[in-house]
Amino acid sequence: MAVLEIDGDTALVSPVRKQQRRVGVLFVCAVAWIAVIGLAAIFADLLPIASPTDMDLLARRAAPGGNHLLGADHLGRDELSRLIHGGRVSLTVGLLAPVIGVLIGGSLGMMAGYFRGRLETFAVGGVDVLLAFPPLVFALAVTAYLGQSVLNITLVIGVLSIPAFTRVSRAVTLSLSEREFVTAARALGATHARILIRELLPNVALPLLAFFLLGVAVTIVVEGALSFLGLGVPPPTASWGSMIGEGRESLDIAPWLAFLPAGFMFATVLSFNIVGDTLRALTDPRPGTL
Amino acid sequence: MAKFVGRRLLHLLPVLFAVTLLTFLIASLLPGDLAYVMLGDQATPEKVAALRAEMGLDLPIWQRYGHWLWGVLHGDLGRSFRTGETVLAAVTDRLPVSLELMVIAEVMGLVIGIPLAILCAVKSGSGLDRFLTGLAFGKLSLPSFMVAILLIYLFAVELNWLPATGWVPFAEDPLGNLKSFVLPALTLAFAEWPVLMRVLRSDMIATLQEDYIAMAKAKGLRPARILLVHALKPSSLTLVTVTGINIGRLIGGALIVETIFALPGIGRLLVGAIYARDFIILQGVVLFVATGFVVVNFIVDMLYAVLDPRIRHGRA
Repeated sequence: MAVLEIDGDTALVSPVRKQQRRVGVLFVCAVAWIAVIGLAAIFADLLPIASPTDMDLLARRAAPGGNHLLGADHLGRDELSRLIHGGRVSLTVGLLAPVIGVLIGGSLGMMAGYFRGRLETFAVGGVDVLLAFPPLVFALAVTAYLGQSVLNITLVIGVLSIPAFTRVSRAVTLSLSEREFVTAARALGATHARILIRELLPNVALPLLAFFLLGVAVTIVVEGALSFLGLGVPPPTASWGSMIGEGRESLDIAPWLAFLPAGFMFATVLSFNIVGDTLRALTDPRPGTL
Repeated sequence: MAKFVGRRLLHLLPVLFAVTLLTFLIASLLPGDLAYVMLGDQATPEKVAALRAEMGLDLPIWQRYGHWLWGVLHGDLGRSFRTGETVLAAVTDRLPVSLELMVIAEVMGLVIGIPLAILCAVKSGSGLDRFLTGLAFGKLSLPSFMVAILLIYLFAVELNWLPATGWVPFAEDPLGNLKSFVLPALTLAFAEWPVLMRVLRSDMIATLQEDYIAMAKAKGLRPARILLVHALKPSSLTLVTVTGINIGRLIGGALIVETIFALPGIGRLLVGAIYARDFIILQGVVLFVATGFVVVNFIVDMLYAVLDPRIRHGRA
């Protein structure tokens, strides 16, 4: 499934760029949705909503409206509250895991692209081996052995995202290293560290940021898939994936219990994809993409 | 060509070796010890020590890896400590189901993707093209477990046309067997068509600008003939590779889909092993899937080189 791999696939897609204005509206909507869901997740404890784990057994599978704005799940827990607290898990994992990828993969890729030689062979080889594992199988196996927790899931998905970031940053650095400003810096006697940090990093940062946002989208989906299978964040902690999984059991009597979290997750993933892709289109060094 | 194959084979061996090492190391992440897990509630220090000695768990890690790898090379991946089934038997038992699922899904993906791609390429830049490209982009944000839920809701709950679960062997009831594959395969196909469509669309747009297409038009050939005979074949090179590469992604997708629709395939075996904490089966399946993934990628590489000679001579 496309969404589970942070490779060229997502990076290759681009929404229609001819219609500048429509993309603009979509972009603004995407940023707005991320802001709303992000603020709700940060201030979840301060919001006037029910607890996500308190069970109101009289309101089991209550329809939206009334006491529970968006209804209640099979244990009578408030759906809106669980959606917001679930967003917390998705966004925490979604934002932190790619940070691991950016930091390790990004610097490894930069050094491989700048120094070349044996380091590059080693980095490319390591990336090939990590990519040899189907990502979801790897994630499932490692969390099964390590135990399920937000930290472990973040670490596993973070490690899985390293190869993709290494590839992107190596490719960008490779083409930049040939440029005049790097030669000029070297002629002025700049050290390797200075060239890497002052000359190359500012130029690599933007493509990496665009890729980071696409990585957030992929991570949220992977976390969702793990939780959906009951192998992600352990209950009773709410997570969009596990809510979809629980809602699946009552598709015939309370379909909204599956569709609400699915809708939230889809909107969030789509937003990160739109923002990331717009940024990528702006920073793509290839001619003709702007 | 022989030289190219040799070079790629030399690359394949270290990757395969690393895959076995990584699979083994993942298993050693288990906090505590396999012996505790196997004995469960009845774990006493003596029993644990005895089992550890019996299984060779008290040896240093590199010796354990050596023993394990030796076994793997001889087809012995161990056996489940719950059911006593060997890993090899468990995998070969489930493999046909997963393969059937993947083949049907890929065919469905192609059946949806190819006509849409041709349509987009011909009307490139039109409203329809923009709509379909946008749809393909949006689809990337819709993971297969959501598609599965939507399809179950629509076809199994609301319309009651197809079963959501309930797999029967092909030999017993061929029609029922195929019916039980429709929804799972459709779920996977939904992840496939946007990728296939995008690839073929962009290749086809390039092909349609070639001189020989203009020539065919000038000769007065029917548009359908130009598209299907003259343009489709030279445009499908990337499509073939992507179809191959997709097999890797299908493995991941099959994992979820088999679990949702209760199909007894490799994916369900793996997830089931995790639920049951059957770590020997888990390790064996991970090794099997990763090896299969590497080998499939290798074959796709070869296929690509056969189709496009530039790869053989240029930088592969």
